[in-house]
Amino acid sequence: MQKTNTNKKSVGQMLKNLTRKQIFIPIVALLLLALFNLIMDPSFYQIKFGYNSAGNPVLSGYIITILDNGSELAILAIGMTLVTAATGGQDISVGAAIAIAGSVILRVLCGTEARPAELQAPIIVAFLVACVVSMLFGAFNGILVAQFKIQPMVATLILYTAGRNIAAWINQNQLPIVSDATFGYFGGMIPGIPIPTPVFIAIACIVITALALKFTNLGLYTQSVGINESSSRLNGLNPKFIKFITFVILGLCVAVVGLIKVSRLSTINYSVIAKDIEMDAILAVALGGNALSGGKFNMPASIMGAYTIQFLTTTLYKFKVASEALPAYKAVVVIILVVMSAPIVKERLASLGKKLRAHNAKEVG
Amino acid sequence: MALSTKKSAAAGQVQKKKKITDANLLLIITIAIFLIMYIGAMIFLGGGFLNAQNLFNILMQQSALIITACGMSLVMITGGIDISVGGVVALVCMSCAVSLDYMNWNVPMSILLALGIGLAYGIVQGFLVAYLEIQPFIISLAGMFFARGMTTIVHTEPFNVQNEAFTALKNTRIIVPGMGNVNRLGNYIDAYINIGVIVALVIVIGLFVMLRWTKLGRSFYAVGGNSQSALMLGINVRRTKFIAHLMCSVLAGIAGYVYFLYVGSGSASHASGMEMDAIASSIIGGTLLTGGVGNIIGTFVGVLSLSTIQNIVSSVGLDEAWWTGITVAAMLCLFLVIQSVITSRKRD
Repeated sequence: MQKTNTNKKSVGQMLKNLTRKQIFIPIVALLLLALFNLIMDPSFYQIKFGYNSAGNPVLSGYIITILDNGSELAILAIGMTLVTAATGGQDISVGAAIAIAGSVILRVLCGTEARPAELQAPIIVAFLVACVVSMLFGAFNGILVAQFKIQPMVATLILYTAGRNIAAWINQNQLPIVSDATFGYFGGMIPGIPIPTPVFIAIACIVITALALKFTNLGLYTQSVGINESSSRLNGLNPKFIKFITFVILGLCVAVVGLIKVSRLSTINYSVIAKDIEMDAILAVALGGNALSGGKFNMPASIMGAYTIQFLTTTLYKFKVASEALPAYKAVVVIILVVMSAPIVKERLASLGKKLRAHNAKEVG
Repeated sequence: MALSTKKSAAAGQVQKKKKITDANLLLIITIAIFLIMYIGAMIFLGGGFLNAQNLFNILMQQSALIITACGMSLVMITGGIDISVGGVVALVCMSCAVSLDYMNWNVPMSILLALGIGLAYGIVQGFLVAYLEIQPFIISLAGMFFARGMTTIVHTEPFNVQNEAFTALKNTRIIVPGMGNVNRLGNYIDAYINIGVIVALVIVIGLFVMLRWTKLGRSFYAVGGNSQSALMLGINVRRTKFIAHLMCSVLAGIAGYVYFLYVGSGSASHASGMEMDAIASSIIGGTLLTGGVGNIIGTFVGVLSLSTIQNIVSSVGLDEAWWTGITVAAMLCLFLVIQSVITSRKRD
């Protein structure tokens, strides 16, 4: 009797510890979604091996689609988490910035021609130029936030308003098309490798971030600035510079996503490319259990959150939800998740559970 | 004309206090820049800007934005934000259009429907934000997604409303005496406004009075300035936040109907980006996102400034569409930097 009691306690303790872990929220959400799919249609998890029209081996299936399409969101979630942690605000201009990065890449690749027979510059040069431009726009946001102390959401509203217009202006509203096959590798597949390239790019970004967080003070400094700016300044940090640098890092993430996005289509549509992706990226951070008011962050949880959102999107597509109606369903899921993870609701549930337990104990006694 | 009297009123107040508060200074800068811009346009561009009708056209185009921006200011004064307003406007347009044309409802019923949608939105969002203490950004983000999605679920294709009573209401013109102009043929043309403008102006005045002289209005500022002290003062912080979100959503519902009256159609892409325009107008009008500072008149002038810029850009001849967005952004940037410099100088 005694033994089972202690056993029970330790299990309860373990559960408690588990639920306290931040990564618990996205994982539970992911598991719920996975379970839902398993019950509705187990063929969701089928992965087929086949050959595409060009005769190259490809893996296909919903899981591959999720990993493929979730890459952009995962990469953005990295930068967004850092910005959120350091500044306590979010960058709502990433979608517009992706449009700019994509437009720059096409401009460098195509020059002034709309459909060049061959590339005007190597892809790597185009990508590097896009990186520099994106980081400059990131720096612009960073200066507004760090130097002028404007709330991040408001400061990035400027680029949000102007971004897609700037992107259209860069190419004079033309829609250049890249016919070179190698350009499609970044968003599609490299012949001979059956897994889509964005998955590898995302993994590379995640590994680099993990290494950076492990071997530099980036994580520690951003968190300390987010938790208490003035005391970190008194401890010898430069909060302005750290806030600034998080926006520049996000700019780098944006350039990578821009490359993937443009490569998927080999062209660009200024008003549609990466539409609403800023909202998804912010949701990924929130779903990861990170406080949107800054401070401590958990990078794996954010990335997990990004893939969870993609899982949800793909699930909805599978059930033939029209792409325009998709946001409504997403919103319902998001509200349920956010309400469940709200501290007040958690407290209420905990106290309710305690009451029930006390009641049970009384009955037993 | 109304603006200049407002300005002198503000100036009179400044003299009385012998000290310009941050909020007043921001308001004065906003009004001054708007006046400089509009008078500059009158002098250098002439033409349409000399007619009062041009100002009325701006008002007619933007009456929905004025109403949403007022609601946004209320929420921002209490320290929150509501980015679902654009979605609510689109949802109201589509629902009312479907109810009028496919379900044969009459006009008053469709107005009730618009108010109902706003009310439902306000109650849900207000409850989640105020009583469950979830960040307003996330809640209204979900609200925006929901509204946009629901709009296409209600009806996918955009269409024009044919209902006769509604078209009559839509085409009602209210003539403003003494503001007309003489056209090239020498005929006198009356200046006119529509019903939406009246609704918007009534709301602006009503909210201005409420914020300045009622207990509820003052508690909005108290909650936004410092919710802890507001609590100590005995203000029901949660209820105040709830009411702010409720009012914002109801105003979005009204704005939806005003927008519907102006465009006369339902479409999923209606009012896209309106939430950002509303936030931008509030900021240009001197409302701080951190809460506690803001003024409805400023917001009203903010909307006018935004649309005057768009007007100027298109009449200067930069008709490539991207210049509008870029100039609006540049203006927003300018205002934000000015605000930031002023507030930081005060702090030092």
